[in-house]
Amino acid sequence: MSATTGDAVLPVTSTPSIAALDAAGGKLKKRLTSPWASLAAVLLAFLWTAPTFGLLVTSFRPKAAIDDSGWWNFVAHPSFTLDNYRQALSSNGGGLGTFFVNSAVITIPAVLIPIALASLAAYAFAWIEFKGRNLLFVCVFALQIVPIQVTLIPLLSLYVKAGLAGTFWTIWLSHAMFGLPLAIFLLHNFMKEIPRELVEAARMDGAGHVQIFFKVLMPLLTPALAAFGIFQFLWVWNDLLVALTFAGGTPDVAPLTVALANLSGTQGTAWQLLSAGAFISMVIPVLVFLSLQRFFVRGLLAGGLKG
Amino acid sequence: MSTAHKFLTMFEAIGLFIAVVGVILAIASRFSGRRGDRVVAAAFLLPTVALISVGLVYPGLKTIYQSFYNAAGNAFIGIDNYRTIFGDPDQRTVLRNTVLWVVITPFVATAVGLLYAILVDKARVEALAKALIFLPMAISFVGAGIIWKFVYEFRPDQQGIKQTGLLNEILVKLGGSPHQFLINSPWNTVFLIIVMIWIQAGFAMTVLSASIKAIPEDIVEAARLDGVRAWGMFRYVTVPSIRPALIVVLTTIGIGTLKVFDIVRTMTGGQFDTSVVANEFYSQSFRSNNQGLGAALAVLLFVLVVPIVAYNVRQLRSSEGR
Repeated sequence: MSATTGDAVLPVTSTPSIAALDAAGGKLKKRLTSPWASLAAVLLAFLWTAPTFGLLVTSFRPKAAIDDSGWWNFVAHPSFTLDNYRQALSSNGGGLGTFFVNSAVITIPAVLIPIALASLAAYAFAWIEFKGRNLLFVCVFALQIVPIQVTLIPLLSLYVKAGLAGTFWTIWLSHAMFGLPLAIFLLHNFMKEIPRELVEAARMDGAGHVQIFFKVLMPLLTPALAAFGIFQFLWVWNDLLVALTFAGGTPDVAPLTVALANLSGTQGTAWQLLSAGAFISMVIPVLVFLSLQRFFVRGLLAGGLKG
Repeated sequence: MSTAHKFLTMFEAIGLFIAVVGVILAIASRFSGRRGDRVVAAAFLLPTVALISVGLVYPGLKTIYQSFYNAAGNAFIGIDNYRTIFGDPDQRTVLRNTVLWVVITPFVATAVGLLYAILVDKARVEALAKALIFLPMAISFVGAGIIWKFVYEFRPDQQGIKQTGLLNEILVKLGGSPHQFLINSPWNTVFLIIVMIWIQAGFAMTVLSASIKAIPEDIVEAARLDGVRAWGMFRYVTVPSIRPALIVVLTTIGIGTLKVFDIVRTMTGGQFDTSVVANEFYSQSFRSNNQGLGAALAVLLFVLVVPIVAYNVRQLRSSEGR
């Protein structure tokens, strides 16, 4: 089951060279792109962009203007300020500066730990023969579907017993645990694609598992590691449930999402704060996403999206 | 805690963790050859198996057990919690909403994604056009919730008060009166679902677009020589060719939607009859301190995910067999 399941989730295993397709599809393009199709595409793109654009404009308008009229008036009555961002970040306003630091401190280990552990495990599953390998792999694979809700309360009481409650450790460990099945699954798929001869040849030369792992596999795995890294990064940075459960709302450990959700609940009409706050929380993931998009897409196509 | 202290803690944790991995690698490198394989495998798998057992397996089983206990978790009450979920009027609303979410979101998001993928396929600005639809995927559900709360913003219909929400402005301009999009049930649930569709359409588009590009050109060419027009091409060439990808997309979005929590919590807090199972789980477990019911709701989520995944795996296997 292990091998077939792995491949089964690849809807597109090999994408033919895009350049070749484009050349062949030149005629098709003319056939399908009618003015109506273009209009529909532009309309959809507009519908999808307008909400974000509206809030972005709002985040740069003075409070008085925001409360007085809609954001679309910025063309007729232009006004610009950075006060909203200043207020949202400062400790006597939204206090998001502190939470921004927390988000960073949470995210970095929560991405690194599962990547490293999963590469070790994926290597064992892909390239070491041992008894019960397939069964264990299927179990790990199946655990991907466990909703994290099922685990939260018992996990919380474990953390309390271990004296970890309220520290970053609860969030790091939880994200590592929840990320491992997907990480192992993705990395295993990529490792299996590496030609057997390459590994066998290294073994003939007397290389042990550790050398094979670092010298042969690691360089080839960079795209896979990047793909999972982005998933996990976006997942952790954007997570609300795990953070809310284990960190509560304290400025000591809670991330931006928690602070923003609280702000939305308590100051639901303070749009100067909410708009700036929303973009403060978005800027890092959007930058990471845009700069590493191709790895993200590759990971998506390899079946890696956490539900 | 100061910022410096926080980062120090972080580096300590990373250092500790590197040490653990270092020890594992040191152990593994002392064993070589086929005989050492078992030791190496055990060393490589130990941390993973330990974390997964403690973090997923044990808590999962414990939650199933808890779901048969009362609110305080100290008396066995059989299936009463499950009876509450299916019998209590409030809980029934929660179930109804969850069904709405899971039925509407995957189909609409996939339809929009597919339509858009076809529309922009091979267009001159394809990459940019895709990025616009794709970007909501990078945003947190909390951020998306705030963006849309602003779109739905309501101001009372009075002299001298202008609407600041885009949707109500359009309503007023068209001669209508402003609407409380997030408060008036049952349509408020639909307005929350739109946010999820907005996020997921990009995912659908990306996967389906790659799949469309992988359709062999000779099939398309042959169909065209047979005189197949745009709609026929879509119906008889595109859709059958990308069927496996369509199923993956539908089921993946379905599972994601089932667990949706952040959007509801950020936008309405589950008030005004908008709660869903994942949100109700949180409210019951942490707000109402009803551990038993919370556990039962979590188990229900798990139970609902299983058939979707099973269907997914079966479909993909049969399509591979062909």
